[in-house]
Amino acid sequence: MSTPLTALSIRGLAKRFGTKIAVDGISLDVPAGSFFGIVGPNGAGKTTTLSMATGLLRPDFGTAVVHGVDVWAQPLEAKKLMGILPDGVRLFDRLSGEQLVTYAGLLRGMDRDVVAARVGELLAALDLSQDAGTLVVDYSAGMTKKIALASALIHAPKVLVLDEPFESVDPVSAANIRDILDRYVATGGTVIVSSHVMDLVQRMCDHVAVIAGGRILAAGTVDQVRAGVSLEDRFVQLVGGRSRTEGLEWLRTF
Amino acid sequence: MVAHLLRLKLTLLRNGLKRSPWQLVGLAFGGLYALGIVGMCVVLLVLLRQEDPDLAQTVVVLGGAAALLGWGIVPVIASAVDMTLDPARFTTSAVPMPQLLAGLALGGLIGLPGLATLLVALGTVVTWSRGVLPAVGALVGALLGVLTCVVFSRVVTTATASLAASRRFKDVSGIAFMVPLVLLGPITAGIFQGMAGSGAFLSELAGRISWTPLGAAWSLGGDLERGQTGPAGLKLLIAVATLAGLSWCWKLLLERALVTPPFAGSSRRKGGRLGLFALLPGTPTGAITARALTYWFRDPRYSGSLVVIPLLPVVLAFQGSQTNDYGVLMITGPLTAFLLAWSISGDVSYDNTAFALHLAAGVRGVHDRLGRALACLAFALPTVLVLATVPFFITRDWAWWPSILGISVGVLLTGLGLSSVVSARYTIAVPLPGDSPFKKPPGNVGQTLAVQFGGMGVLLVLVLPEAGLVLAQVLTGDPLFGWINLALGPVLGAALFILGVRVGGRWLDARSPELLAQVTVNR
Repeated sequence: MSTPLTALSIRGLAKRFGTKIAVDGISLDVPAGSFFGIVGPNGAGKTTTLSMATGLLRPDFGTAVVHGVDVWAQPLEAKKLMGILPDGVRLFDRLSGEQLVTYAGLLRGMDRDVVAARVGELLAALDLSQDAGTLVVDYSAGMTKKIALASALIHAPKVLVLDEPFESVDPVSAANIRDILDRYVATGGTVIVSSHVMDLVQRMCDHVAVIAGGRILAAGTVDQVRAGVSLEDRFVQLVGGRSRTEGLEWLRTF
Repeated sequence: MVAHLLRLKLTLLRNGLKRSPWQLVGLAFGGLYALGIVGMCVVLLVLLRQEDPDLAQTVVVLGGAAALLGWGIVPVIASAVDMTLDPARFTTSAVPMPQLLAGLALGGLIGLPGLATLLVALGTVVTWSRGVLPAVGALVGALLGVLTCVVFSRVVTTATASLAASRRFKDVSGIAFMVPLVLLGPITAGIFQGMAGSGAFLSELAGRISWTPLGAAWSLGGDLERGQTGPAGLKLLIAVATLAGLSWCWKLLLERALVTPPFAGSSRRKGGRLGLFALLPGTPTGAITARALTYWFRDPRYSGSLVVIPLLPVVLAFQGSQTNDYGVLMITGPLTAFLLAWSISGDVSYDNTAFALHLAAGVRGVHDRLGRALACLAFALPTVLVLATVPFFITRDWAWWPSILGISVGVLLTGLGLSSVVSARYTIAVPLPGDSPFKKPPGNVGQTLAVQFGGMGVLLVLVLPEAGLVLAQVLTGDPLFGWINLALGPVLGAALFILGVRVGGRWLDARSPELLAQVTVNR
């Protein structure tokens, strides 16, 4: 059983799609109050792992426990503790941005006045106030990501699980989001992000896990994992698959 | 290069089918349907071989002109044109323009509409196989005509691409397209009646049209059969010029479209308008009701079915006027109730992966079910009450009113309860969010049919008590049964509604992740 100091504890999670094993027995402890990065190449099983840890995808094997609450045994209690930004799912995009975040708040049984106050602040913080009344279907990709993030934050969760939160978000908004997340971690919240931008993870996170082929290759504090070199170099060492840059001579024959 | 593009199209089609065997089933069903229509047309064309050349010419020319118009209009308003070979995707490949055009045009023939048009057009060769010259003329005309159809449709879609890319236009046109589709019966009946009275007019019309780009290609065989070689030559020129002109237009439009992608901007709007979210109770159920109701009016996939409802009595009244027996109008109420109640049986499928929000927020199943059912009930109940009552102002057969009202409310409530159970367990193939309501939905056609028919069968069983009381009134003529029905329908319906919401809620609690996984397949 996990200690109260562990925000998310994953034990032996595994998932198979047809003949392909997407996640092959992943165990991971995310300390409370940490900014935890999950990195891995495309198709490594990051999204599948996070979906199983947050109750969106039923694992074939294994358990996930959030602050002592088993995600699959007590899903409703566990989900109260988590804010989830899934990657690659649609939103109720015929609602305006403001309506969508309000909806997310009300769905969680929050008081209407509290929701209204928080929606205003969230939209202002994410620079979406000017588009609050625009339908989400007319948003750009980056704005869509931001409004989904707002929906995940509205109920002030203890653990934030964000799958590719910075994808197609512009640099200014990304900096704003990082500020929000930093302050959230400083006050005791736990953030878990997946990304393949190593630079970002190295600067932002204090813990990191490297996933490839459905397994964990390394996990720990960022300094432990990167072992003196940059996270990107260490990642390439761990994952492998760098092709030699010889060949392609013809590319220089233009 | 042309062969390359055709191979690409075939590969895309084959890979699409490989994704699941059910895709193949879907194509087979579509194919059977198309084959039925094509078969009927071809048989008609073969039979026309024995008929008077003037009549045959009239049918072929008018039919051909209608097909050409259809190819131009349908893709725009249905925004359902097959974009697997979207020219925009070739922007970076630097394909020479003439070859791109030829490849895209021939690629347009691969697929059900293209093949169907080609087969029917070739049927006209049989109609005119009364001599070598007419048959050759018909063959040339058919090929020209079909190519013109494809190129015309491409011209229209390319020209309106920026228009069609705007969401608002898509929404409105998709719904507007419903109206003629529902009224198809009365409209065709009207046309046939008009035709029966004015055969001479039609043959004159066909004669005129055969001199226009619309009909020139289709008239070659007939003109040659009737020995009008000179006019046939001129019409061949018109047909070739039409195809050349359209191709040229297409080339210009495509050249412009490739460098200026459509802009689908929209105005920014500040917040402050929460709409129904501010009006309905601030609870999970209230929020879900507000969301679902908002979708009923904003999402064309939902509002399309709303447009059908007011047209129902029109269609039924037309039916009545044909036979002068307006009794059939009485089924308006129960039929509307059934359609509206059953329309939420695919609610989670309509959400698609947006359903993940309900799952992530830990919404209780019973709240989810109740919210959706109440949203539908909010406007369905008044609608059904009105539509169940209005016919009696025409038939004046008020003895049936209580019974019809009872069964209508019964069907509505029972149906909503059943839909709540069905959509908690099964997903069906529906158009994806943002797609036209007419677009062929991806996914499991076999399960969709099984769920739909199975569900309707169960509903039929569940409303047997109400139906039995109607039958009893028919047999005995005793209005007492009607009054019993008026009491039984709402009571039994309400019980089944509550039961359905409860059971559906429990199933949803147990199986939400699996349901999300099912809709994810259709992403």
